Amino acid sequence: MHLGVSESMRECEYSQISTRSSTPMETPYKKRTPKKRKWEAFPGRNKFYCDGRIMMAKQTGVFYLTLVLILVTCGLFFTFDCPYLAQQLTPIIPVIGGVLFLFVLGTLLRTSFSDPGVLPRATSDEAADLERQIDVANGSTGYRPPPRTKEVVINGQTVKLKYCFTCKIFRPPRASHCSLCDNCVERFDHHCPWVGNCVGRRNYRFFYMFILSLSFLTIFIFAFVITHIILSSHRNGFLKALKDSPASVLEVVVCFFSVWSIVGLSGFHTYLISSNQTTNEDIKGSWSSKRGKDNYNPYSHGNIFTNCCAALCGPLPPSLIDRRGFVQSDTPQLASPTNGITMYGATQSQQSHMCDQDQCIQSTKFVLQAAATPLLQQQSSEPVILTASPENGVSLPGRTSLALGGPCTSLPLGQPTPPTSTPSLSCHEATDMLPIHGHTHNHSHPLQEPVAHHHFLTPEEVPSPPGMLHCGSPLGHSHTVQAGFYNPASQDSLHEDSVRGLVKLSSV
Amino acid sequence: MAETHSLQDLQQPAVSSKVFVQRDYSSGTICRFQTKFPSELESRLDKQQFEETIQALNNLYAEAEKLGGKSYLEGCLACLTAYTIFLCMETHYEKVLKKIARYIKDQNEKIYAPRGLLLTDPIERGLRVVEVTIFEDRSIGSGR
Repeated sequence: MHLGVSESMRECEYSQISTRSSTPMETPYKKRTPKKRKWEAFPGRNKFYCDGRIMMAKQTGVFYLTLVLILVTCGLFFTFDCPYLAQQLTPIIPVIGGVLFLFVLGTLLRTSFSDPGVLPRATSDEAADLERQIDVANGSTGYRPPPRTKEVVINGQTVKLKYCFTCKIFRPPRASHCSLCDNCVERFDHHCPWVGNCVGRRNYRFFYMFILSLSFLTIFIFAFVITHIILSSHRNGFLKALKDSPASVLEVVVCFFSVWSIVGLSGFHTYLISSNQTTNEDIKGSWSSKRGKDNYNPYSHGNIFTNCCAALCGPLPPSLIDRRGFVQSDTPQLASPTNGITMYGATQSQQSHMCDQDQCIQSTKFVLQAAATPLLQQQSSEPVILTASPENGVSLPGRTSLALGGPCTSLPLGQPTPPTSTPSLSCHEATDMLPIHGHTHNHSHPLQEPVAHHHFLTPEEVPSPPGMLHCGSPLGHSHTVQAGFYNPASQDSLHEDSVRGLVKLSSV
Repeated sequence: MAETHSLQDLQQPAVSSKVFVQRDYSSGTICRFQTKFPSELESRLDKQQFEETIQALNNLYAEAEKLGGKSYLEGCLACLTAYTIFLCMETHYEKVLKKIARYIKDQNEKIYAPRGLLLTDPIERGLRVVEVTIFEDRSIGSGR
C-alpha cells in the first residue's frame, strides 16, 4: 500500500525532476530535488534562524524586552556606577559584574535558542498502527470511549499516558503538548514568554542557571548602586548624588522590583529541582501527599543531592527533531546496501510525503470543521477546549476550566474529556497558574507588566491549526478543536470515524 | 500506478507491513523498549533473537542516560566552559547513539536482512518506536 502511493507520488517527483535535470536516470543515488532542510518542513509553530541552528517560539516580543532590560540596566551600571565604585572601593566590582552579566546573557541565549526537547510527530505508518491497536482494544462496537489513555505503572505509581491528537502519539510520562508552539515537549515545565521558548528537558538547566545568575546579578547591581549613592551622598549630599547619576535611580527601581520576582522564582525552581518535579506537576499537585497517603513522586531519585545533580549535571540528550538534516527526497538512496535491500532510504523518503499528506489531511479536517461550526454553535453542551483570551484570562475558576468569551462553553474536567483537552489545559495551567501560584512566583522582571498578561493570547494571536487554514470562527483554535466540536458519545464516534478514515487515507 | 521507473526500482522488495515496538515506561522516563515479541514476526524470526536485540538496545540507551561520576564530570566541565566544549567534542550521549547506529546496522546485515526484515534506528523516529519493516517474501530472492 505504501509503496503504491509512494510510487504514484514518485511519478510526480520524476516529472518535476525532469524539468531540472536532463538525465534523471544517470544518478540514481543522488538527491534530485532541491535540498530542503527539515526545519523548513517542521510542523510545529516555531521560528528558526541561522539555517535551523536557532529555534524559538513564535511570539518573541517579550524575549526582546527581557534582553533590552538586561542590557540597558547592565549598560547603565557599567557606564555610570562602575567607574566610581572601581575608584572608591575596588576594581574587582566591575569584573565580577562583567562575569555575571556574561553568564546571564549566555544562559539566556542558550535557553531561548535551543530545542527544549520537542518530540517529533508520528509518521503516518505509526499513527495508523496506533489507531489500529486502539480499534482492537475498543472492540468493534459503535460506541467509542472518548479519552484515549494508557495506564502505566512507574515505580509503583500509576501514571496515565494521554494520546495527543496533533502529534498522534501517546505522550511519554511528563511530556506535555504546548499549545503555543504546537509541539509535544518532553519533561515539559512551562512555556516562558520571557525567554521566548518552552522550558523542557533539554533546556531546563540553562533556564535554571539563567534565573539563578540573574538573581545574583540583580542583587549585585542593586547593592552596589545603593552603595554608590550612599558613598556619593556622604560627600555631596543626597540630592546632589541623585542628580549626578540619574541612571542609578532607574537601576534601583528596575532592580528593586525584579529582585522580588526573580529571587522568588529561583527559590521555587530550586525546590522543584530538589524534589524532581516540573512546574506542571507541582501546580496540579500530582505528587502531593494531600492526594493520598500513597502518593509520591516516582521520578525522584530519593535524595536532594541526586535530584539536583541529575537535573543540572546529568547527560544532555540530543535533539530528536534533527533540524538541519535534509528532507529525504523520494528517490531511493543507497544508505548502506545490505544484501541489496535499498528500501531503507525509501522508508525515510515516505516521511516527507507523509508530511505533505498530513498537512493535506489537517487542512481538510479544518475545512470540515469550519463548515460545521455554524451548526455546532447552537449546541449548548459541547466540550470545547480552547486557549484563554486576555479578557477572562485572569478569572481562573479554580483549575478546572478555561472559558473563551463567546459561544463556547467551558470544559469542566469532571466530564469524560477527549484527552487533547487536558494538554492545552495543562500547558496553560502551568502558565496561567504562574501568576497566582504562591507568593513570589510572579515570573516578571519589571513591575510594569501586568502579570496576568504573560501567557495569554489575544484572539488574533490564537494559534490557527498548523500552518494551514485559518478557521476564522471565534471558537478559538488549537489542535484540540477537532476533538471538541462534538457531543460525547455519538459525536465522538463520528469524530473518531472521520479521524480514522482520514488517517487511513494517509496510510494508503 | 504505471511502472515507469528505473531498473533499480523494479528490483526493490515490496514492503508488506511495519511493526512498531513501543516504549516501555515502567521504569520511568528513561529510554527502554518493550521486549514483547510481536506476533507478526513469528514466521520470520526467533523470539529469543528479537528479545536479545531489543535488550541490547535497552542496555545501550541505559548507558547513554546513566547518571554517574563520568556524566556529572562532563556536565560540570561543560558548564564551566559555558558549553563551548561541545564545539570540539561530542557528548557522551551522542557517542552512544553512534554506537547504537553501528549496532543496528550490524544486526540488520547479519540477522534481519537475510530474513527480509529491516530495523530502523529509533532516533529517526524520535526514540518513540523501533520500527521493523517486513518485506514480502519474494524480495529475499531478488535481494541477494
